[in-house]
Amino acid sequence: MDLTFTPEEEAFRQEVRDFFKENLPDDIRDAVKNGGELTKSIMERYHAILNKKGWLAVTWPEEYGGPGWGPVERHIFDEESCRAYAPRIVPFGLSMLGPVLQKFGTKEQKDYYLPRILNGDDWWCQGYSEPGAGSDLASLKTRAVKDGDEWVINGQKTWTTLGQHADWIFCLVRTDPDVKQQEGISFILVDMKTPGVEVRPIKLIEGGHEVNEVFFTDVRVPLKNLVGEENKGWTIAKYLLTHERTGIAGVGFSMLELEEVKELAKKVMRNGKPLAEDPLFAARVAQAEIDLEAMKITNLRMLFTAQKQGAPGPETSILKIKGTVINQELKDLKRRALGPNAAPFPGSLKGSNLDVAPAGHANDAARYFNNRKTSIFGGSNEIQRNILTKTMLGL
Amino acid sequence: MNFDLTEDRQMLQDSLRRYLGDKYPVEHRNKVAYAEPFHDPSKWDELVELGALYALAGEDAGGMGGTGFDISVVFEELGRTLCPEPVLGALMASRILSAAGADQEALLSGATKYAVGLGELDAPYDLSQMTTEAKGGKLSGRKSIVYGGQAADGFLIAAKDGGSVSVYSVKAEDASVTGYGMMDGGGAAEVVLEDAPAELVLKDADAAIQDAINAGIVALCSEAVGAMEVLHKMTVEYLGQRKQFGRPIGTFQVLQHRAVDMLTEIVQARSIVIKAASELGGADASRYCSMAKNLIGRAGRQVAEEAIQMHGGIAMTWEYPGSHYAKRIIMIDAQLGDTDYHLMQVAAA
Repeated sequence: MDLTFTPEEEAFRQEVRDFFKENLPDDIRDAVKNGGELTKSIMERYHAILNKKGWLAVTWPEEYGGPGWGPVERHIFDEESCRAYAPRIVPFGLSMLGPVLQKFGTKEQKDYYLPRILNGDDWWCQGYSEPGAGSDLASLKTRAVKDGDEWVINGQKTWTTLGQHADWIFCLVRTDPDVKQQEGISFILVDMKTPGVEVRPIKLIEGGHEVNEVFFTDVRVPLKNLVGEENKGWTIAKYLLTHERTGIAGVGFSMLELEEVKELAKKVMRNGKPLAEDPLFAARVAQAEIDLEAMKITNLRMLFTAQKQGAPGPETSILKIKGTVINQELKDLKRRALGPNAAPFPGSLKGSNLDVAPAGHANDAARYFNNRKTSIFGGSNEIQRNILTKTMLGL
Repeated sequence: MNFDLTEDRQMLQDSLRRYLGDKYPVEHRNKVAYAEPFHDPSKWDELVELGALYALAGEDAGGMGGTGFDISVVFEELGRTLCPEPVLGALMASRILSAAGADQEALLSGATKYAVGLGELDAPYDLSQMTTEAKGGKLSGRKSIVYGGQAADGFLIAAKDGGSVSVYSVKAEDASVTGYGMMDGGGAAEVVLEDAPAELVLKDADAAIQDAINAGIVALCSEAVGAMEVLHKMTVEYLGQRKQFGRPIGTFQVLQHRAVDMLTEIVQARSIVIKAASELGGADASRYCSMAKNLIGRAGRQVAEEAIQMHGGIAMTWEYPGSHYAKRIIMIDAQLGDTDYHLMQVAAA
């Protein structure tokens, strides 16, 4: 048992820390810190900064222009980027499609798409969920039919994150309706500018616009846009689900939030004393801190397994469940610490000098509501429990 | 970073698991754990021969281990079989004797069984409220729920001594010892001291006592992890076998997800115990031990109560081994500070 990092790993941590200190622009850091909107132009600038250093495609091997990091280096990078208040890298091209093309794509596909992802030429979004296919993803109905040298696609995708900014979408589509659900699905790339693709925004619970509906009406794309074999798209979807999950616990973000809760509780007054001195509130914070402390070690244990075995085990679903629950609890504590001062709609006091929330906390209620998504997306926590039932309990 | 056991600890784990699996099956355990002297003296000797006690002390104290991870390995195995041997008292006494630089060959060889008296009737956890007092080398007071006290040859007793706290050694025959059995097996004693002859072991002993408590917490938490893993396995097996409505009840999602939640808590419990074990002896040990005891208390209650509920009536019987695991896991919470006590320790820090 040894919970420490090697001197090489510690040196790498320092290198990452210095890099963020020197290269992360103040306005980007402040946007992350204050829960402001991370616009496309912010994210493009941030990606370009990382790409210049060769640290953008954190999961990619060196032959494709990635840094060739192992799980521990990725973990250190994640921790330090959180600590620096850097944004989370937009995952769709970099951590999702990239690894899929590297494993299943043709040489032509790799040569064309991968550099464009790195350079920010193409922004990708993910076409998985449909109105009738959420947790039961394999029941998806969007249909692709071969016609000459094209696929003709009809149907609808939903919850398409950042689809409003995307140039391309990778989709799971039904190519054979007459076989077992999982065996009739293919993975196809669609240029969003193709006639028949329509994006409509979905306004979220807190008022923000990050997800969309995407409609496909007789959308024609070349046959060569198929990735992997026809009707083997489910294999790709499963590969993606198990591929890159070391950052899934969000430990770095939760550590920051815990500090924020504690700071906030020192500023907010209740009954003539700082809230931090209220035993009930202090106990709630302590319990979240204990769970997070355990989570840190759980995360490292699974990292160790991933490093040893070359791939993360099925127990990473535990990281998803517990990591999201702890983060939601911390966001709830922040919102509750503010009490009614969390209630004004974000921005509604702008222009006045009567802010009710301490600096940086005006969006805390919005962030609490928005964050409820984390236990639903990426395979809901109930789906994670189904996975664990099969893989860990054998039931 | 490495979460594998060292070769030595792996060997210790293997030999303890083999021995306890062979010699301490649950039928035997239940026979000795609930009847005087609430353990099995012949098995105590055999455990000592296997090196269970030497693993608890550092080399300068004549042992072969003494780190948090050594303690963790031993107690996790004891927990897996609900072994009621009074090893906790030996561990805590050894920590105090080590701090005092006292010889502990009699302890480590198993010749003298020690129990440690800290808590009192109205102050089981908070030692600042303790009333037992030393005067002229003699002790007066009452130590309550002294685990292993029913079988002890000697006691280490914490007592107010002038302006500070000291630890004294008291022979069993010099105290009035009333031993009894516990709800979850094993034994304890009320130790009443009336001008009892005592030998000073350590003056200004607060730090040493806290270290002994921390080591005891690592031990109890490890014991709980071992017991929880076994009980969870029993529960999952039962879900796969028991049929109602024409199919195994493990096919019902409502039970599957609860069994997964138990697993998640056990994974988290093991993680916090690893952390506490790694910090034992260091400046932040008390804080991490409090974290561990709190999380183990919550996880333990969930695992034990859910195991009973998902088994249904069978887990309400004395005959079913799972019920004894559930009892031990629940009652560990009441030793050396419970869930709420340690939560407030963390909150106050």
